[in-house]
Amino acid sequence: MRTLNKLLKNPLSLTGIILVLFFAGVAIAAPWLAPPENPNEPYRIIRCGYLPMPQPPNSSNPLEGIWKIITREATICEARPFGLIESYDIYYGIVWGTRTAFFVGLVITGLNVLIGLIVGAIGAYFGRWLDELLMRITDIFLAFPFLVAAITMAAVLQPLIGRGLITAMIALIVFGWMSYARLIRGDILAIKERDYVYAAQAIGAPHSRILLRHIIPNAIYPTLVVGSMDIGSYVLSFAALSFLGLGAERGYADWGQIISFARDWIPRLSDYWYIVVYPGAAILLFVLGWNLIGDAFRDILDPRLRGRV
Amino acid sequence: MLAYIIRRLLLLPILLLGVTIFIFAFFSLLSPEMRASLYLTDVPKSPDAMERVIKKYGLDQPIHIQYWNWLNQVIRGNLGWSKTAQRPVSEALLYYLPATLELALWAMLPVLLVGIWLGILSAVHQDKLIDHTTRVFALVGWSFPTFVFGLLMLMYFYAKLQWFPPGQVSDWVTREVINGTFIRYTQLYTIDALIQGRFDVFLDSLRHIVLPVITLAYVQWALLLRVTRSSMLETLRQEYITTARAKGLSERVVINKHAARNAMIPVATIGGLLLINLLNGVVITETVFNYPGIGRWAATAAVQLDILGVLGFTLFNGFLLVVGNLVVDILYALIDPRVRLE
Repeated sequence: MRTLNKLLKNPLSLTGIILVLFFAGVAIAAPWLAPPENPNEPYRIIRCGYLPMPQPPNSSNPLEGIWKIITREATICEARPFGLIESYDIYYGIVWGTRTAFFVGLVITGLNVLIGLIVGAIGAYFGRWLDELLMRITDIFLAFPFLVAAITMAAVLQPLIGRGLITAMIALIVFGWMSYARLIRGDILAIKERDYVYAAQAIGAPHSRILLRHIIPNAIYPTLVVGSMDIGSYVLSFAALSFLGLGAERGYADWGQIISFARDWIPRLSDYWYIVVYPGAAILLFVLGWNLIGDAFRDILDPRLRGRV
Repeated sequence: MLAYIIRRLLLLPILLLGVTIFIFAFFSLLSPEMRASLYLTDVPKSPDAMERVIKKYGLDQPIHIQYWNWLNQVIRGNLGWSKTAQRPVSEALLYYLPATLELALWAMLPVLLVGIWLGILSAVHQDKLIDHTTRVFALVGWSFPTFVFGLLMLMYFYAKLQWFPPGQVSDWVTREVINGTFIRYTQLYTIDALIQGRFDVFLDSLRHIVLPVITLAYVQWALLLRVTRSSMLETLRQEYITTARAKGLSERVVINKHAARNAMIPVATIGGLLLINLLNGVVITETVFNYPGIGRWAATAAVQLDILGVLGFTLFNGFLLVVGNLVVDILYALIDPRVRLE
């Protein structure tokens, strides 16, 4: 509770909280902000016509167009507040892409922490050769440059399971769990020497019970905090994969993909600024929100920075 | 210390072995036909073309035998043929490396100077306006997707103002290289231009490198700034700082001589992390700016499933990371007499 209080008092982390809440609001209100054509496939970006060329927004004030859509005065294609690229409506893609961003960030982080927890906990608890083996495997995974490894993995998976959200997410999970494994391992190494663990061992409790009931609940908090601070950076990595054409399938509401269309128009970007600026702002603000919270969090939790100068 | 270095270097081949086994296992997920199609440059003309490729490269053999064959070749210095680079992998690495090296060297300058300077400034004026401003500046950089930042730079400075074009050099420089009027001794355009006193070439390559350098640097600043700041904050709380102030030393001397020097010790340890960031950063940056370096090649090789290219790049990376981390460790021991490598 004290932590939350501090977060709310700091202007930087308050901004972060407001940003994340704003995007959460957009994600929840997506059907109302941007009504889908086909309610069964809301993530398919609405297409207006078949022109590959970027089409500018219909009015100079995007809020006007959004208001018309919300009040149902105009359809998405009539209002097109952020313009079109490859005839995909950018506004629609951004609104529904918010849900994609939350989904991608939360699931990747969650699974990475889970895998790290399993590897780190088993290694630290059983020790000896098992620990040595698991940590060397962790080292091998760490020797890959994260992004290149994820790109390769996504590229290999694509012909096997098709292009889609899952492909890129698997790639980011396979190469994302290592730091959590190391973190939780260190914490468990300290905790497994505590008296209450010895006590549990003495009364003959099985390993699974000792790990799940006594050790992990006492060791997991720092890992969870670090994990929650990484949500933003996973959304960034995912967007990078999308940008290279390894993300969701074509036409899926995904911020990185909308921007990737801009690669074909680089010499004329000053005319077609809206392909980069709107989705770019969405990614930037989303990630910034998480990072602002994370940054303040780290300062609060860092005991070395307490006290006066 | 020598024993430590030798032990770390002995770990290198084991690590690289693990990395390559993993990539091989990875690609074995693809069927032999899929992998064979990676070797074809054209639509197969005869029905048995596929078969022949599979036979020629032994793609239908068990994966451990394929790996053994590859390893045998690697030990003899043959890394195979890269489809995307259209040359042997070892040559491709050497071909693309200078461009990336040039980019990285130019980027390190602003990263280190500005990052450390702002980090110290931010710590000295903790919770003042300048502290908040630099932290927001760094956090925004940390949150900026590299490709969005790069595209925005291109949008303004290339598409609108026509100041800084993408690519490595203009066409007329390339023509001069082909004609032999401009010689690439070191393969680094900026250095070669200075050696030959060709300021027109120097300015041209500088014009091309400015935007990718800024893009690479902006993402890196956040990390460096953060570590410098917190290390500096910790140092400023030490008792010897209080002593120095009590002696009546000027604030400038206290900060520059007593605090900053000691605060730099932890900063040295993130050298390895900076290197990793740089390697990740060049992949996207070079792709956005169409800069012909090792990162753009790696991205293309990965997307087009150029197996041997990716393997070569990963070997190179693993090597660089292990050696880089070792150098950082040794530097650390040299800077900080309290650290003993065992």
